[in-house]
Amino acid sequence: MKEEIKLMKGNEAIAHAAIRYGADGYFGYPITPQSEVMETLMEEKPWETTGMVVLQAESEVAAINMVYGGASCGKAVMTSSSSPGVSLKQEGISYLAGAELPCLIVNVMRGGPGLGTIQPSQADYFQATKGGGHGDYHLITLAPASVQEMVDFVALGFDLAFKYRNPAIILADGIIGQMMEKVVLPPFRKRRTEEEIRAQNPWAALGKPKDRKRNVITSLELDPAIMEQNNIRFQATYKRISENEIRYEEINCENADYLIVAFGSMARICQKTIELAAEEGIKVGVLRPITLWPFPSEAIARQTSHVKGILSAELNAGQMVEDVRLAVNGKVRVEHFGRLGGIVPTPDEVLAALKEKLM
Amino acid sequence: MKEEIIIAGFGGQGVLSMGKILAYSGLMEDKEVTWMPSYGPEQRGGTANVTVILSDERISSPVLNSFDVAVILNQPSLEKFENKVKPGGILIYDGYGIHHPPTRTDIEVYRINAMEAAIEMNNTKALNMIVLGGLLKLKPMVSMENVLKGLKKSLPERHHHLIPMNEQAILKGMEIIRKA
Repeated sequence: MKEEIKLMKGNEAIAHAAIRYGADGYFGYPITPQSEVMETLMEEKPWETTGMVVLQAESEVAAINMVYGGASCGKAVMTSSSSPGVSLKQEGISYLAGAELPCLIVNVMRGGPGLGTIQPSQADYFQATKGGGHGDYHLITLAPASVQEMVDFVALGFDLAFKYRNPAIILADGIIGQMMEKVVLPPFRKRRTEEEIRAQNPWAALGKPKDRKRNVITSLELDPAIMEQNNIRFQATYKRISENEIRYEEINCENADYLIVAFGSMARICQKTIELAAEEGIKVGVLRPITLWPFPSEAIARQTSHVKGILSAELNAGQMVEDVRLAVNGKVRVEHFGRLGGIVPTPDEVLAALKEKLM
Repeated sequence: MKEEIIIAGFGGQGVLSMGKILAYSGLMEDKEVTWMPSYGPEQRGGTANVTVILSDERISSPVLNSFDVAVILNQPSLEKFENKVKPGGILIYDGYGIHHPPTRTDIEVYRINAMEAAIEMNNTKALNMIVLGGLLKLKPMVSMENVLKGLKKSLPERHHHLIPMNEQAILKGMEIIRKA
């Protein structure tokens, strides 16, 4: 069969990928720059074909709690929003992590803080990678750098979330959400039947058969001795994720004298910076973390054997740079370059910053 | 082959959809394509612009500091993008919205009276297709056949009856573009 190549926005790609994955439900509330996710789902009407539920909730808080409900039943459910909306969801996300529920969250970041702007930003890095809500938890954080990865990471995010019983988040930004690129869509997968869900997720609250005790989904545990054991179990899960699921891309790193660490749209911009630098005889490589949590610390540390300095280029005031510095542990100089509040730098601005800060 | 193009004007002039049709035409030619719009309040009357890249190879950055071609439909956009055209590059402008024409001498400047032609055709909505025609005359980066296929892909089916009119507008643009 010929591959199905289409041209679409990152936000539209998320919607198509969710339907094709066989997702059971989407719950959201509109906000720029990601409203096309729900708009596309509403146009596609998957409830008539795959049976997927698409619901515009009364608020972001309601939407994330609907995700909690669906996930409790072992269903593949998701929500999407942009920065201020994702802040509203944080309580629910903490509860999902505390109840060990798999789900997919999409944040198409815009400039903050507060209501901020609708233009692209990566200023929610801390929020996504360090927990975001209260308590000791992590989200599996995937950072797409193309519309194709918006497609691919829907399936990857759901699969990882179910594998580890932990929420996964796609951390995109206004550029990836709004731009159109070529994508290859995966074939349609059937939604899982309730029997399949019961077999795969014996913890799911899908009705109690006579031969076992009822399944209870909760994040509440008033006995601190048990709550500590729960936390120890969560930490063991995070350790397994860190050992097995780190993903990154090395671009031109082999003979580089300088390294840029950048994710998402910034990684694309910095690939052009590589070309501009080469014209001036400067060898630059880009290491692109694909999972922001778990973070590719060892891969970055390995680069210190041959690079003279590292620039962490981000659409924020310096967030990922902290993780880069921890990874490098003082072996080479690490500087940060960023634009703030929705301003996106051009590739030559990144090169100028690299020269100014590292050369 | 790689063309890095900026199309800029007022919201409502069809800047984003012109870029979209170009992008779809590139898709039909089996090229790598990115279409990166300014989004948000611009769409409702402010200045709007879109960066379109067509390439035979994988495209790195959708955000660019300079362009091979700038298509400019109003004065604020000219002020913003005239200096961003690569030396030896092309700038196309519609005389209707530009009172202070471009001054650079190290680029090729073309004028297209697209608004005038659109008014003559009794269809001001054809403006963007006339401009696209002018662009394709100078830079035949996609074939007419694939532009028509691209139009079909990018327009909702209920608007497919407008394709012959769009084709006419493109041909008109090819005819009227002039060196400034």
